[in-house]
Amino acid sequence: MAVAKTWIYAEVSEGRPTTTTLELRTQARSLGGAVEAVVLHPDAQAVTGVLGDHGATTVYLSTDAGFAELLVGGPAADTLAALVPVHRPDLILFGSSYDSRDVAGRLAARLGGQVIANGLDVRVDDGVVVESTVFGGTQVVRTRFTGAAPALALIRAKSFPAEPGGGGAPLVVTVDAVISDINRKARVLESAADVASGPKLEDAPVVISGGRGLGDPKNFAMLDELAGLIGGAVGASRAVVDAGWVPYAMQVGQTGKTVKPAVYIACGISGAMQHTVGMKGAKSIVAINKDADAPIFKLADLGVVGDALKVVPQLIEALKARG
Amino acid sequence: MNVVVCVKQVPDPNSVGQLDPVTHTLRREGVEVVLDPGDEFGVEAALQLAESSGGDVTVVSMTPEKGAEAIRKALAMGCARAVHITDAALVGSDAITTARVLAAAIARQPYDVVITATESTDGYSGVVPQAMAEFLGIPALTFAKEVSVQDGTVRVKRQTEAGFDIVTAPTPCVVSVTAGINGVDNPRYPQLRGIMQAKSKPVERLTPADLGITAVGSAAAGQVIVEVLPAEERGAGEIVEDDGTAAARIVAFLAERKVI
Ligand SMILES: Cc1cc2nc3c(=O)[nH]c(=O)nc-3n(C[C@H](O)[C@H](O)[C@H](O)COP(=O)(O)OP(=O)(O)OC[C@H]3O[C@@H](n4cnc5c(N)ncnc54)[C@H](O)[C@@H]3O)c2cc1C
Ligand SMILES: Nc1ncnc2c1ncn2[C@@H]1O[C@H](COP(=O)(O)O)[C@@H](O)[C@H]1O
Repeated sequence: MAVAKTWIYAEVSEGRPTTTTLELRTQARSLGGAVEAVVLHPDAQAVTGVLGDHGATTVYLSTDAGFAELLVGGPAADTLAALVPVHRPDLILFGSSYDSRDVAGRLAARLGGQVIANGLDVRVDDGVVVESTVFGGTQVVRTRFTGAAPALALIRAKSFPAEPGGGGAPLVVTVDAVISDINRKARVLESAADVASGPKLEDAPVVISGGRGLGDPKNFAMLDELAGLIGGAVGASRAVVDAGWVPYAMQVGQTGKTVKPAVYIACGISGAMQHTVGMKGAKSIVAINKDADAPIFKLADLGVVGDALKVVPQLIEALKARG
Repeated sequence: MNVVVCVKQVPDPNSVGQLDPVTHTLRREGVEVVLDPGDEFGVEAALQLAESSGGDVTVVSMTPEKGAEAIRKALAMGCARAVHITDAALVGSDAITTARVLAAAIARQPYDVVITATESTDGYSGVVPQAMAEFLGIPALTFAKEVSVQDGTVRVKRQTEAGFDIVTAPTPCVVSVTAGINGVDNPRYPQLRGIMQAKSKPVERLTPADLGITAVGSAAAGQVIVEVLPAEERGAGEIVEDDGTAAARIVAFLAERKVI
């Protein structure tokens, strides 16, 4: 089965498609067939150009306020479920965000269909095949869709580069928002952002992460200072997020963010596979851990067996001295 | 309030799981099954809601194997009763089938809130809660860091990529909860008394056929695993013992990579 039409469910944040959305288009273009986008958001109009640049020939959009005032999963699934039989996409790609997981889960149930989560790659090989890793990235699994179209796949962030495809302005088709009574019930009353200065964790060239080995939440200030000196961002292991030391937005790993910086510096992190699955795509890895047997050293390009509370301040001094 | 909690029984996450390269199923020999650590937070959240509203908690779990370790632990933690859907035919069921079976089991009795975790430790598809809500025909408040119910309205502090949202829905609704729900570091531990009492709590056993669902297992899944391969491994590099010069070594490393 070839893929004649791939849809991207495009997410919008601060007036732009999310980076993951643009990454999906790079992937969709490689499958052959038409690439189209569906964007359901009050700011949808603002992003059609960027979506076209990245290869979408048609953008279906609705700017209904319901897609922001309501928890979007239900309303978006309702609207997509109405569009699917009309336009018949073979494959719908979603980024693995919270909202998209809500949309894809509900839509798959509605269509009586199939959804594969945690995808890292999609290819056409006698049907749509999604590649994902299991058990903390120790094994790769290739899964083929066998049921009726459309196949739904949730793709993890950073699985592809977000490359413009040089497409022109897309055809923009305004569609009706279809929102059932049930899906009008979950309302968003307020939204808050955890403030972070400096580059975003997902985009920073250097990520410095701290774990339980830092001993105390206040020691994260050291990592902030280090990040400030080299233009990096600070991440964390789940152990310290669950303990409330730092906000969840900083968590790297299976249930947190995936990062692929030029250099990842792990300070006081043991290297559990649920953590390393989110950072082992980094170009280089530095680990500071006082236990020479810590699993993190198995994937470090430079491993320092030592006390992070000593090494990090010395590193800060050395960088300052370097000017 | 009638609270339902869905719990999954998973291979002990402390033992590294493996898919058999030939059969493509999870190797289970010598691996203990346990209550999913994520679902321990689900049980904790469910018990808190029941305690604050004067209700109780029903555990629902679907397992291909007969054993009910996860259910036993949830009962020992304080849940009142359990529904165990079990059948060898369930092996290889996908997320949507799982959601359909769980929804059918839940819908037989009145309920106000259905708690799940956000993703399971072994499968982590993370779409069962939303799909289940769709089958039940109710809203889902997902990725909860905090949950409370007042006058029939469920209020959730929902994790987002950037921070959090405050979301609400009327009961009945599904709520998926994250680890650390309501600021709890560790879910309550079963006490001896709870373990003893669990032995006499009612556990209803059903097959999917009892729920009118016959298409289950790998045959009904809209997907098939075609290949299982070992992932590419990153090799270890240079390991140095810190003798006071490690910081200088790291600076040199960063300079070589041109990030400083
Ligand atoms: C379903 C599931 C999902 C998960 N998702 C994630 C996820 O997304 N991200 C994640 O990170 N984890 C995740 N985990 C948790 C993961 O398994 C580990 O428990 C966690 O990563 C451990 O965090 P840590 O390395 O900070 O703590 P620990 O494992 O406690 O390690 C602390 C390390 O610090 C070292 N140390 C102590 N003192 C010092 C010092 N002074 N200087 C230097 N080193 C020191 C110790 O030697 C030790 O190696 C998940 C777990 C499950 C079950
Ligand atoms: N077989 C099952 N039995 C009971 N609950 C389940 C089952 N599978 C998934 N769940 C629930 O759905 C949540 C998310 O699982 P998943 O979508 O499979 O990652 C779990 O944490 C459970 O609360």
